[in-house]
Amino acid sequence: MENTLLDIKNLKVWYRTYKGYAKVVDGINLFVNKGEKVGLVGESGCGKTTTMKTVLRVLDSKVATVPEGEILFKNRDILKMKYNELQQVRKQSISMISQEPTAALNPVFTVGSQIMDIIRYSEQYKDYSKSEMLSLAVKTIKDVLIPDPERILNSYPHQLSGGMKQRICIAMALVTPRELLIADEPGTALDVTVQDQIHKLLKALVEEKKMSLIMITHSLGVARELSDRIYVMYAGNIVEVAQTKELFKNPLHPYTLGLMECVPRLYGGGISEGIYGYIPDYINPPAGCRFYPRCPSAMEICEKEKPPTVSVSEDHKVACFKYH
Amino acid sequence: MNTEILKVKNLKTYFAINKSSGKKQYVRAVDGVSFSIKEGEIMGLVGESGSGKSTIAYTIMGMYRPTEGEIIFNFNGKSIVTKSNKRSLEFKKNVQIVFQDPGSSLNPYHDVRQILSLPLRVHKIVPKDKIEEKIAEILEMVELPASFMYKTPTSIGGGEKQLVSIARALCSNPKFIILDEPTSSLDVSIQAKIINMLLKIHREQKLTYLFITHDLSLMRNISTKVAIMYLGKICEIAPTEIFYKSPLHPYTQMLLSSIPVISEEEEALKPKKVVSTGEIPSPVNVPKGCSFHTRCIQCMDICRTEDPVIHQVSEDHFVRCHLYKS
Repeated sequence: MENTLLDIKNLKVWYRTYKGYAKVVDGINLFVNKGEKVGLVGESGCGKTTTMKTVLRVLDSKVATVPEGEILFKNRDILKMKYNELQQVRKQSISMISQEPTAALNPVFTVGSQIMDIIRYSEQYKDYSKSEMLSLAVKTIKDVLIPDPERILNSYPHQLSGGMKQRICIAMALVTPRELLIADEPGTALDVTVQDQIHKLLKALVEEKKMSLIMITHSLGVARELSDRIYVMYAGNIVEVAQTKELFKNPLHPYTLGLMECVPRLYGGGISEGIYGYIPDYINPPAGCRFYPRCPSAMEICEKEKPPTVSVSEDHKVACFKYH
Repeated sequence: MNTEILKVKNLKTYFAINKSSGKKQYVRAVDGVSFSIKEGEIMGLVGESGSGKSTIAYTIMGMYRPTEGEIIFNFNGKSIVTKSNKRSLEFKKNVQIVFQDPGSSLNPYHDVRQILSLPLRVHKIVPKDKIEEKIAEILEMVELPASFMYKTPTSIGGGEKQLVSIARALCSNPKFIILDEPTSSLDVSIQAKIINMLLKIHREQKLTYLFITHDLSLMRNISTKVAIMYLGKICEIAPTEIFYKSPLHPYTQMLLSSIPVISEEEEALKPKKVVSTGEIPSPVNVPKGCSFHTRCIQCMDICRTEDPVIHQVSEDHFVRCHLYKS
């Protein structure tokens, strides 16, 4: 276990609502090794972002509660950390890229001052002079392949295009050395050609800096391109995990299969029927397997009992009674 | 079957900006687009954001006044020319649109019954006392239960909202429907469901679709003809089979190569050695010459100075690029 950077154990996250608790994340187990790129795939509302926001503890504690679970970052539980320790992790160890670059940047400060803030408050460059910090910022902007970095540093976010803004967000996440990068659908708000560039850039930078990456996405194609291992999430549960190649060669869980059939293929052949039904209500989720009401191969036991995760091969785990 | 239902000739839609500063500038959102759609076709109009694909849709619908050009509809041998925003009731009955965001295109204060009864009343599809019956029938067509009638848009999910918008478009028995990215804000499993529904209705009602999207792999599966747009102009237009077998325009190749795919077979279909670079420039300052030359890997000297005209490379395959000048 020396090699494990982040280890989430049986994490549950509930949101308070006026109807009762919405049990959004329902006991997930997930780990990331050092230097590994992990994909977390699922449809909207399945709890991917909630999980990752819990890792950084940025969810509003008045609304979200964690009734159970551990998030071990380098063997220390993030959920039990004191404020100062937590800030240390946020400043120096984990960074996050959000889905919407426009919302992530502050519109009233220049890009340069926002990047400089990160360098200053990371406390890793205490003995740097201002000009040294500035040259570090320029270097980072060059790393994300933006021409004319000096001009960019003096511009405001609204003067930049969507792709540029997302590049700036990546630069901000990578400007100080970190161990883990959480990327929350960084390409979703962008055009396909720009998305492709951003993903390639992200992959190259993460590999160069030997960081670990958690790539949150709803697209199996993106996960296939960017990750070594993929977790498939449905309604707050990890339903399947496998090495990328293995998952696409041999998908097992009915949800993974359904999801793969839904993706329109480049060689044509029409569109599949889709998955029957909709994502369940989190306040009163199905008692057994949460996928049971939509599952084409549901059995009697699925309605009553939650399927445990079983290993089908060394790295391939699936939570389904079919493989019991 | 082979009659042209819509013919667009040299359509231009410009928007004036900076009016107050005295220097009048134009955003050339649509700049000389010509195409035609035959009855029963599903034409895919593909492009990045800012390429003018939605502007074309809105101009055809009469929501924008075209700066230049003609839009000719042909229903049962009768042609309707849409001039500015005076559209006849007959036109409105035959041409319908489904918008991208169902959340903002459905009135949140009306229930589904009110939303669907308006077009039925306006076009006098059924007598007043039969409206509810007809609504139930239309809801059934999009596979929603009749009890949906009493729900409001705020209480239903995104996919269901989009189904209601489709039902609303179907109310007036149209012949031509414009689908403006109907599934781009939805998950793939719901997208598959809605696309199947649209294809089923297309077969049953003998409709013609203009499908606007940015998803080329989706178009591969449903369209009969694909047109690629870049900065207000069509770059390449061809029947689906030919289009995906031999994409010619460098921009088409770039688009195809950037699609994230999920299998090796698909990976093999993507054009090789094409790396996507740059972003779509602002339509206010369109580059001189070919508007794509700033991002093109096969850019030649002529591209910087001269705007290419559209060339015919095979029977139905047209490309606007200097590389294919005969």
